Amino acid sequence: MDKVFRDRRATLVMLAPALLVYTLVMIVPIFWSVGYTTLDGNAVSGFTFVGLDNYKAFFQDSTAIDALLFTLKYAVLLTVLQVVAGYGLALLYVFYLKHRSSLVRTILFFPVILPTVAVALMFQRVFEAAPTVGPINTIIMALGGNLTDFLGDPHYSFWVIIVMDLWRSMGFYGVLLYAGLVEIPDDVIEAARLDGAVRWRMVRHVVIPLSLPVLLSAVIFSINGTLKVFDTIVALTNGGPGTATTPLTLYMFRTSFAYGEYGYGSTVAFMLTLMCLLVTVFIFRSMRGDATKG
Amino acid sequence: MTIVSRSWSARLRRLPGVLGVGFLLLLVVYPMLWILLGSFKQQDEFLSEPFWALPRSWSLTNYVSAFVDGGLGIYIRNSALVVFPSLLLILAFGVAAAFALEVLVWKGRSSVLVLFLAGIMVPTQMILLPLFAVYYRAGLTGSLWPLVITYTAIGMPLSVFMLATYMRAVPREVFEAAILDGASVYRIFWSVTIPLVRNAIFTVALVQFFFLWNDLLIALTFVSRSDLRTIQVGLLNFTGQYGSVDYGPMFAGISVSVFGTLALYAFLNKRVMAGLTAGAVKG
Repeated sequence: MDKVFRDRRATLVMLAPALLVYTLVMIVPIFWSVGYTTLDGNAVSGFTFVGLDNYKAFFQDSTAIDALLFTLKYAVLLTVLQVVAGYGLALLYVFYLKHRSSLVRTILFFPVILPTVAVALMFQRVFEAAPTVGPINTIIMALGGNLTDFLGDPHYSFWVIIVMDLWRSMGFYGVLLYAGLVEIPDDVIEAARLDGAVRWRMVRHVVIPLSLPVLLSAVIFSINGTLKVFDTIVALTNGGPGTATTPLTLYMFRTSFAYGEYGYGSTVAFMLTLMCLLVTVFIFRSMRGDATKG
Repeated sequence: MTIVSRSWSARLRRLPGVLGVGFLLLLVVYPMLWILLGSFKQQDEFLSEPFWALPRSWSLTNYVSAFVDGGLGIYIRNSALVVFPSLLLILAFGVAAAFALEVLVWKGRSSVLVLFLAGIMVPTQMILLPLFAVYYRAGLTGSLWPLVITYTAIGMPLSVFMLATYMRAVPREVFEAAILDGASVYRIFWSVTIPLVRNAIFTVALVQFFFLWNDLLIALTFVSRSDLRTIQVGLLNFTGQYGSVDYGPMFAGISVSVFGTLALYAFLNKRVMAGLTAGAVKG
């Protein structure tokens, strides 16, 4: 029996295609990119070796630092909002709608799978100021406010991105956290209720501690996705106005493909990868610590 | 207190909750409905009528214009030409690799699984430049091949990991019984494992389909010719093509994209929700 499970040739035949494609198209390019960070130039014009100059340039480049800070600000804020909104929805499904939540869950989940570009074009129209007045501005003006050029003002355009991403993703986090909540046994909730725990105290002292593991995976998944944000922003604001809403991912894309600076582009990509790694490890550490304490 | 009045007060107490849920649903559904209504409006209706106005007529001219002048049909065809072959390769390679990693026994298999898993975290930007250089040298930049190759590789980590997890749930005794009956490895793979994880394969296919169909970054990087644009890149360039914004055809283009997805979701929503959230918890 063991002979069949330990068949070397079969293992190789089955594993080789996936491993080969994965190694050649993902693993090798990752190290190749790290090599690019020590070069200047591009594939067409040729390269010169510059050592660590690209890294020095990165930390002296105010646009790059702005992009880094934008990415962090966006990722932290959106992660908090996504998980809080998702958790709110999950509580709504479990404790308010109960067994009737299926249709609401299904409808609120739908935006998750919509193509980002279509959603972004839709939000551009919803928040439009000119030449036509979109729904949001119409409502603001009906309430006595001023016509606001949301996408033309750096302060507002950031919030439009946040609102749109929240619109797209809250249903996803709702279902993800709902799956964690329904696993809490009914008798635990019932016992807490008999002990006199009501509503918010019940949520705080019973429900939240019990759903910490699924909250942790939601936070990690969210931060990992939001640090890599690209589609949403390219389609909604294209980084503008100016470079006000440019994250690292888009800055890398611009330096590499618009300006043909492979070395510097790779350096930006490498910093982004490093950030993803650090943030994930950091969250894992701090949340795991909390979970064991609680 | 009579039963009637109690039920009325109960209903009244429920009112804020019902209104809240209704508002949430409206928030999600209305923008899409608004786009659909807009896809029937003419340019002057956008400029002179308020946003809530219904279209004057229900003509399909905007859709015709989106497909004929906007090239929407070509974009959808390009997307299909790229996404379905990639999906097929992802599934074929992924199922085989998951079998080798989960069912077969050899030294180092858990490290290889971790190696696959690590790929989920790395931003795509980290592999774009070397791939661009290679595709350029190989003369592939004027074709859809770069997309198929890149999609297949990018789909590997999550697919292998999800399929391996599903295979772990199959009791070992099933495979052992097949061996006692004299089945070879390939036979166990083809006639035992695949039928058992058929549902999982379908779920993974669905998840990957949405990732690939909705991809913008890779399509934007490797497609240089406008007639090879995928639906996402095409839609993104819809604005520029008409100079000033031509609202009707653009609303029609968005509608096709949104309601095409809805058609799929209407039938498969349970699978889609389960599959996508499973990918998140495990990833």
